[in-house]
Amino acid sequence: MRFVDEYRDADTAHALAAKIADLCEPGRQYKLMEVCGGHTHTIYKHGLEDYLPEAITLVHGPGCPVCVIPMGRVDDAMHLAAEPDVIMTSFGDMMRVPGSAGSFFDAKAQGTDIRMVYSPLDSLKIARQNPDKRVVFMAIGFETTAPSTAMTVLRAAAEGLENFSVFCNHVTIIPAIKAILDSPDLRLDGFIGPGHVSTVIGCRPYEFIAADYGKPVVVAGFEPLDILQSIYMLMLQLSERRSEVENQYSRVVPWEGNRAALMAIGETMELRPYFEWRGLGFISHSALRMRHEYAAFDAELLFKVPGVRVADPKACQCGEVLKGVLKPWECKVFGTACTPETPIGTCMVSPEGACAAYYNYGRLTRTRVKEASRS
Amino acid sequence: MTTGHLDHSASRGDELADSGSAGWVREALRVHDEQAIQEGAGEVRRGSPQPLPGTVREELVLERIDRARRARPRVKEDRITMSHGAGGKATQTLIEAIFLDGFRNPLLEPLEDAARVRIGGSRLAFTTDSYVVSPLFFPGGDIGDLAVNGTVNDLSMAGAVPLYLSAGFILEEGFPVADLSRIVASMAAAAAEAGVQIITGDTKVVQKGKADGCYINTAGVGIIEQETVLGVANAQPGDVIIVSGSIGDHGVTIMLARGELDIEADVTSDTAPLNGLVAGLLAATSGVRALRDATRGGVATILNEIARAADVGVLVTEDAIPVRTPVRGACELLGIDPMYVACEGRLIAVVDAAAADRALAALRGHPLGAQAAVIGHVVADPPGLVQLKTAFGGTRIVDLLVGDPLPRIC
Repeated sequence: MRFVDEYRDADTAHALAAKIADLCEPGRQYKLMEVCGGHTHTIYKHGLEDYLPEAITLVHGPGCPVCVIPMGRVDDAMHLAAEPDVIMTSFGDMMRVPGSAGSFFDAKAQGTDIRMVYSPLDSLKIARQNPDKRVVFMAIGFETTAPSTAMTVLRAAAEGLENFSVFCNHVTIIPAIKAILDSPDLRLDGFIGPGHVSTVIGCRPYEFIAADYGKPVVVAGFEPLDILQSIYMLMLQLSERRSEVENQYSRVVPWEGNRAALMAIGETMELRPYFEWRGLGFISHSALRMRHEYAAFDAELLFKVPGVRVADPKACQCGEVLKGVLKPWECKVFGTACTPETPIGTCMVSPEGACAAYYNYGRLTRTRVKEASRS
Repeated sequence: MTTGHLDHSASRGDELADSGSAGWVREALRVHDEQAIQEGAGEVRRGSPQPLPGTVREELVLERIDRARRARPRVKEDRITMSHGAGGKATQTLIEAIFLDGFRNPLLEPLEDAARVRIGGSRLAFTTDSYVVSPLFFPGGDIGDLAVNGTVNDLSMAGAVPLYLSAGFILEEGFPVADLSRIVASMAAAAAEAGVQIITGDTKVVQKGKADGCYINTAGVGIIEQETVLGVANAQPGDVIIVSGSIGDHGVTIMLARGELDIEADVTSDTAPLNGLVAGLLAATSGVRALRDATRGGVATILNEIARAADVGVLVTEDAIPVRTPVRGACELLGIDPMYVACEGRLIAVVDAAAADRALAALRGHPLGAQAAVIGHVVADPPGLVQLKTAFGGTRIVDLLVGDPLPRIC
């Protein structure tokens, strides 16, 4: 299939892998973080780690939109969904995320009107079709999905739609990366930069990582060869003692980002003073809320949102996994108490979550892989 | 937007409301602690004096997960969710913990597509299936031929020659008679094609809103003439795994026919009666150990059932699995794996390696098996696990999904 198969070619991968291995300095260990959950998914889905030398460890970062939603926000959303005449709409990924009293799927089973949509525009359609209902879109995601929420709000405003609102949980990637860089328990050598986020924000916002922290960043695409090539580019920078922001995903990511998308976000949303991230705690200026000009579409103003903070179960180590301090399998409850069937932590829910990706695809040690390739 | 600041004091949250109040979390953690105690102190304890090397610790964790997966299934939810009907892990748990537990008998226990019974001197296969597909009409078929083919196929997978079907209808008040006639005509045509007769039936009408147009249940009986008993528990290391054609066509067709996705693709359902294909295969070789039709949960679910029932490993090669380009394209767009998408006219055969060529030739000699391909084989180790060699050259696991495949956000 065109535009897919050429990015999954095993021969090219072998050649790249050899070049990567050549760049490893003897005795040195490399820790590279893929910030984005989409990358984590690709890495496990295609078995990409099989190509890497043992000296290179991929550390899974915080860029999974579902994983960073704290339990309290899920509970708030449940509360909204239970308000009279409300139709709650959300992305499929959100449906299994556990709040303290179960997930959207559980609430749906008890008769709450919660519908899965593929785009916020679908929520708008539902709002038009149900003028006597109040349709709320549970907006989640980084700068990748924020523009589509923004455009939906702009369209709702243009149409004068009065029964549509957004429960805004959009977050921004840079503060999370900075929090990780400032976190004392982790030493990273470089970053595989998020691809889709960068189509919106461009590559410039990462320059402080290279300039102030001396860590190379390569913005990467989502096919396995994209990631392998970006690892090669990072290793090349490291071997040449450079730290720069490079763009492996130039076929999609413009250096300056997408101005129209940024304008739409800026028109409808503004930074919150602080926002709670699952496992990471409160990070200042790390999330978006609706601007007061668009208060008519802000579910947090239209409804009473309890805003209760709920602590993660004590056994849950999502925070350490999100920061890359722990490998998924190092979490105490991984795979026993916390499974895709009964996820305790968010990392086990989304296919982009490091725990779910490892549980569903990667639950193989290197020895098992070697045995399999022999048979 | 670069003013990230992590407030460590606020991130602890020990002083906050205890989210563990949710019963299922507490229960899951209790079971976890029990297991940890049973296993003794010899492993992944934090602060143990001599930490084991990473690879050894990972291996121990994997073993622990393996044990957890083999534990007796329990339904943890208070209510039925859509996941329980999706054919994945949740469905399997529901069947084993509620139905099998309640009805337990040796004929039900194998949980094959059809039960095998001996009556007098003859061996019969008996099965039932309900159809609630939406939309009722879709490219390549409708709920009518689906209901006939599905039951014909379940009988065929037991190695039986399908003979007679029942048909039960649950109709919603207000359902157009013209649509019902169309469905019935389609059932009649499918029955004629499969060489079966619909010989008994039932009709119920429910109030508007209590059902979605038309639901159909069919049951069927067939006669087993061949000697060898088919079953996924028979799979042995070395056996090959064959799929009879391209996978995922039906599921993708239905997803697109629902019109929610605004994706157009040239796909049609693969719904078809497989009894002719199976008859040809079983006549050609006695090396067939098991047959399954890859309906809900797709090929991935069948492979997991093989691994589990026979306590063997399964190793398949992504490149070898036939997926039509439009199906692959739609799945790529949605972030869904075609391995989990339903087929309604494809079978998976586990075949003795010595008979692989004959089986493949027999399948390919039938129009419904023209694209049959060996996709992998049964291995001894690791038992219970399905591994996939990716086209990219890596290796990964193919596990059961919990529920329906959910589209990814970005």
